[in-house]
Amino acid sequence: MNSSNNILEVDNLRVNFKTPDGQVTAVNNLNFNLAQGETLGIVGESGSGKSQTAFALMGLLAGNGQITGEARFEGENILALNDKAMNRIRSEKIAMIFQDPMTSLNPYMKVGKQLMEVLILHKGMSKADAFEASVKMLDAVKMPEARKRMNMFPHEFSGGMRQRVMIAMALLCQPKLLIADEPTTALDVTVQAQILTLLNELKSEFNTSIIMITHDLGVVAGLCDKVLVMYAGRTMEYGQTDDVFYRPTHPYTQGLLEAIPRLDGEEETLTTIAGNPPNLLNLPTGCPFQARCQFVEHRCRTEAPALEEYQPGKLRACHKPVHSEMTP
Amino acid sequence: MNNSTNTVLMNVKNLKVHFNIKPDNAWPWQKGQALKAVDGVDLTIYEGETLGVVGESGCGKSTLARALLRLVPITDGSVVWLSQDLTDLDKKQMRDKRQELQMIFQDPLASLNPRMTVGDIIAEPLITFKPHLSKQEVKDQVRAIMDRVGLLPNVINRYPHEFSGGQCQRIGIARALILKPKLVVCDEPVSALDVSIQAQVVNLLKELQAEMGLALVFIAHDLSVVKHISDRVLVMYLGNAVELASKHALYANPRHPYTKALLSAVPVPDPERERNKSIQLLAGDLPSPISPPSGCVFRTRCPHANEECTKQKPALEKCSEEHQAACIRLAEIA
Repeated sequence: MNSSNNILEVDNLRVNFKTPDGQVTAVNNLNFNLAQGETLGIVGESGSGKSQTAFALMGLLAGNGQITGEARFEGENILALNDKAMNRIRSEKIAMIFQDPMTSLNPYMKVGKQLMEVLILHKGMSKADAFEASVKMLDAVKMPEARKRMNMFPHEFSGGMRQRVMIAMALLCQPKLLIADEPTTALDVTVQAQILTLLNELKSEFNTSIIMITHDLGVVAGLCDKVLVMYAGRTMEYGQTDDVFYRPTHPYTQGLLEAIPRLDGEEETLTTIAGNPPNLLNLPTGCPFQARCQFVEHRCRTEAPALEEYQPGKLRACHKPVHSEMTP
Repeated sequence: MNNSTNTVLMNVKNLKVHFNIKPDNAWPWQKGQALKAVDGVDLTIYEGETLGVVGESGCGKSTLARALLRLVPITDGSVVWLSQDLTDLDKKQMRDKRQELQMIFQDPLASLNPRMTVGDIIAEPLITFKPHLSKQEVKDQVRAIMDRVGLLPNVINRYPHEFSGGQCQRIGIARALILKPKLVVCDEPVSALDVSIQAQVVNLLKELQAEMGLALVFIAHDLSVVKHISDRVLVMYLGNAVELASKHALYANPRHPYTKALLSAVPVPDPERERNKSIQLLAGDLPSPISPPSGCVFRTRCPHANEECTKQKPALEKCSEEHQAACIRLAEIA
């Protein structure tokens, strides 16, 4: 599935943490790639390793984290770069939006200064040019009265407006890849709709590739071309959005889709996935999902299912796949 | 559900909760401004039903929940619980009533005392309200309710931090239900939980409700969850009720422009529908509840607002059986 127009190719990405209680493998042999202008959704529950994947790609892991594997961005393995080279790539080529827009902005600095800083540092612009470029970018993310807002502090903004500032900041250097880690989780639905519409517009305008990390399958459905479903650090299923949503073959994906109460459905009781997510400190041998899977058999308990390409472009890790047609 | 045959448990009339806010630079003799968290809400809760309350952050849904149990001072209006006005009661009388009115909180871990064992947490309401029970009786009841909410008996001596979020929420539910209340107010009980766990807790609440004949007030910002669990739904905006209807009427045919925008904004896990749907984006941000717009509070963001809307605050009006909305231009925009 390698082709030359992929801007990001991730091979066997593995993130380990040394903790006082032992080794934790937060991300386990992740493989995916992303073409220019494409959007990948990474979904999973808390602790499935989706955020750590993003942090690993950006070189933002905590001190006790170790990475193995490769992530080739435009042919260059960014996991092996030193800090200086990585700093150049961050924000110029790859930018990130974080979940909590309040804690990711500096509360002591005016928003304008924070935006201009990026341009002055990375593009060597003059202050006046940087100011104009920042205003233009705030306009692009539909910030009303952009010029006036440049002189305001983050606390004077609402949550949705702060997230717009974050997006503007991420897009200032026109990155090729935007990693969005739960960008709308802290926001209300109507504000979420505004931000998602904005991301969709920016995507087509700047032809940016996006990695969208979220737990909300609804957000993925509207925005993403491809989906990667993670569980306990592993890939469960990976494929085109339509395939994953309409023809899920992994029991976990299927369970997840059925467990969501839907606005467009009439269900009496929700189908649940029994049990709790496993503890990453002592994962069972075999498939990590075995304890909660209704199709579990002997082999699942002894042997971890390998990630296989069962149809072109569709990957899955399961011994007992189910075939289903979800009603659209 | 046919409401007319059901007993009215709680009748809320013109409930107002205003907080007095003083700016930092005010002089001591200056009066503060009123933050109108809940500004005139009427509602009725029937026996055994679930009333869902939805709205975005800052719309006053949590304050409303607390006001129903008198956990915040009520500025004006009445909360009549089984023909007795709770606002008339003194502290001691109110305390007695609390046996029948319980609450489940949003943050499952923060609402449990970290220094008490699970058994003690669940037993506490029983020990405070029924001191005559013997230790064995308390223990039996605790075990029974733990079994009912799906907690294994061997966890009785463990502490809250040893549990996952979903398990903690089960402990919170057990604590709320051990006194066999008639009404349980759930303030965002599942929003901190993962999807797969959320479904478990929602199903549990539904089962328990059917079994014990509970009335639930279910507060959430997630419209899909509310749709799943509720019989009737109240939509709030900036401290006001904008629409109140049976679940089917509300989701099939929302009348108020705010409800329409809210429903269209919810992402549905269906790629085909998501790509082709039209979202009614709301312009701007929520106005400050300290100085809400005159007249209809939604008019600053409403696509249909005109001169009339600035003049007077619309009340909830019946637009069909089981359906009320607060908008003066309902007929025109339908």
